[in-house]
Amino acid sequence: MRWRYLRHIVRKYSKDNNRFHVGIVGAGPAGFYCAQQLLKTIPGCQIDIYEKLPVPFGLVRYGVAPDHPEVKNVINTFSKTASNEHVRFIGNVTLGRHITLAQLKHSYHAVVLAYGAEEDRKLNINGECLTNVVSATKFIGWYNGQPQNKNIKVDLNAEHAVIIGQGNVALDVARILLTPVDILRKTDITEYSLEALAKSKVKKVTLVGRRGPLQVAFTIKEFREMLKLPAVSTNFYEGQMNTIENVIGDLPRPRKRLMQLMYDASQKLESRGDKSFDILFYRTPISLLGSDKIEGIELAINRLEGDKAVITNEKYTLKCDLAFRSIGYRSIQADPDIPFNRASSIVPQSTGIYSVGWLSSGPIGVIVSTMSNAFQTASLIGKDFEKGLLSDNPKPGYSYISKILKDKDRITIDWNGWTKIDRVEIERGMKRGKPREKIVNVDEMLKIGGT
Amino acid sequence: MSIKLFKYVTNFCIKSRVLMKYNLSTSNNEKLIKVTFNKANGEKVTAEGKKGDSLLDVIVNNNLDFDGFGACEGTLTCSTCHVILNQKNYDELPEKPSDEELDMLDLAYNLTDTSRLGCQIVLEEKLDGLEVNVPATVNDARNWPTFHISRHKTFYGFFPSCNIIVYTVFDIFYSS
Ligand SMILES: Cc1cc2nc3c(=O)[nH]c(=O)nc-3n(C[C@H](O)[C@H](O)[C@H](O)COP(=O)(O)OP(=O)(O)OC[C@H]3O[C@@H](n4cnc5c(N)ncnc54)[C@H](O)[C@@H]3O)c2cc1C
Repeated sequence: MRWRYLRHIVRKYSKDNNRFHVGIVGAGPAGFYCAQQLLKTIPGCQIDIYEKLPVPFGLVRYGVAPDHPEVKNVINTFSKTASNEHVRFIGNVTLGRHITLAQLKHSYHAVVLAYGAEEDRKLNINGECLTNVVSATKFIGWYNGQPQNKNIKVDLNAEHAVIIGQGNVALDVARILLTPVDILRKTDITEYSLEALAKSKVKKVTLVGRRGPLQVAFTIKEFREMLKLPAVSTNFYEGQMNTIENVIGDLPRPRKRLMQLMYDASQKLESRGDKSFDILFYRTPISLLGSDKIEGIELAINRLEGDKAVITNEKYTLKCDLAFRSIGYRSIQADPDIPFNRASSIVPQSTGIYSVGWLSSGPIGVIVSTMSNAFQTASLIGKDFEKGLLSDNPKPGYSYISKILKDKDRITIDWNGWTKIDRVEIERGMKRGKPREKIVNVDEMLKIGGT
Repeated sequence: MSIKLFKYVTNFCIKSRVLMKYNLSTSNNEKLIKVTFNKANGEKVTAEGKKGDSLLDVIVNNNLDFDGFGACEGTLTCSTCHVILNQKNYDELPEKPSDEELDMLDLAYNLTDTSRLGCQIVLEEKLDGLEVNVPATVNDARNWPTFHISRHKTFYGFFPSCNIIVYTVFDIFYSS
């Protein structure tokens, strides 16, 4: 045992490390943060990052709202990692379609799955396929220029939009719908969505949640932004905020500050403009109504039992002409060999096959939580490596996978290819006074950056 | 074995010399202000910065290796540069935290009443010798509730008593 340990210490500081190959699937924050940390825990290891899309950064590019450019600063750190001589980016390659887990296991000493949680959860109630019932995920993908969502149908010639869900994603959708277009024009939002939003008739957005104010999932920064939106009044329903006044004092500081802010907002009655942002608690959608297009939502009134919402027999209809579901994400099993936990839709850790980010933690937390999760897994991999749990045999790394991709005539994008796309996007953006104009067509990306 | 190690050590020495030189050259006319960071693992790191630098600048300019520190690069959109001061230093800082800073601090792990974000603490001469604690982050497994247990239980269980923030979790309850 001791000898084994010694051997690994030797290996840790020897040239042999260069032969320790790690394959990461998914170039979002989790993949990049894991790579960044692995370069430290196993100095000299070779890391290959595979990405389904031609372009990197996952939800930082396609999830984070265009009016939150500061959040995207993490891209600078990711780019630094990607420029390391031991890191290779391979875009336009999907695990489960172009390569399999078995092939990755054959090529790498450790495989790290970092492909996120892309599927959105459905309400599973009647009327979900009516026109203008839109998944928040897709809508966000649409305004952020995600290739697969660039053509989704959403008719903004609607007065009242209802968003089902009370997390930060729901607030992102509400904020984009209610922000004056001239503010959005200066962001990297796609041009076609700007055009659509400029014609939008949406005057009122209602955020519906099953439970009460104490259980909201959104965070204070995002809520404060709603209060500051020009010409938008934030409204609560009568009687729904009174109850919290007495408990605010006993809450831990973060909740206390959020509840106080919400309570204070509920006490302000003056109108700030002709648009409104309403928050409705204790309601469960029973069915979406309408013959072809959505006309309203049948809601059941809930009662709280402890922290749980319980449906009562009381129901009524909330009229609307646009509805979004924003009730969370779910990971999929990208390849049948992945040790996937169906009950929780996550991939647990196993020696040799690791998971990081939303695929590992579930679709929760901000980028920083994803970072911590990735750092932790990277140190687990480092420990497994030091203990000698990962194969000592030489592995082919990318040379094996690249042959497979070549045989399939798959065009790939390397980091240099991405920087070309990046430059074109920034140039196009400059012409419009934006930080960038995203390319939304995969073929065009491949033409610019493909090899 | 040793070539790599040797290279690493030499590189490190060269780097730190360059750094020292850099610091010396900028210090000609300006007094440097000393700050000590007490890391959660017991390590003490002392570094210097100029008047007007933030604590985050000090860490970045000195190439200090604080994992994940300053993820948003000082734009008040994350809480990775969370530091804890003693009451006296906290009270003496000229700028009180803004609502926006407090909003981000609310998401920090191990939040205390004397917590600040390093990017918002600006050095001035009277702060020379300042010591701050860099709290354990979630990287420290002891402080990290495991994520791999049932999601319902996790979030029910730890939410009110813990500062971990939740992006959309509660929404998930709809689908179950
Ligand atoms: C709408 C929205 C807004 C958000 N806003 C913020 C914010 O303002 N601030 C904040 O801190 N956090 C925000 N977050 C949270 C943050 O985006 C996540 O914490 C983080 O992106 C999760 O990282 P990840 O790498 O696990 O997943 P992802 O970012 O989803 O990355 C996964 C990557 O894997 C790729 N992939 C998927 N399948 C495959 C496959 N089969 N083969 C190869 N590659 C594949 C995907 O294309 C993607 O690039 C937001 C999240 C959402 C959904």
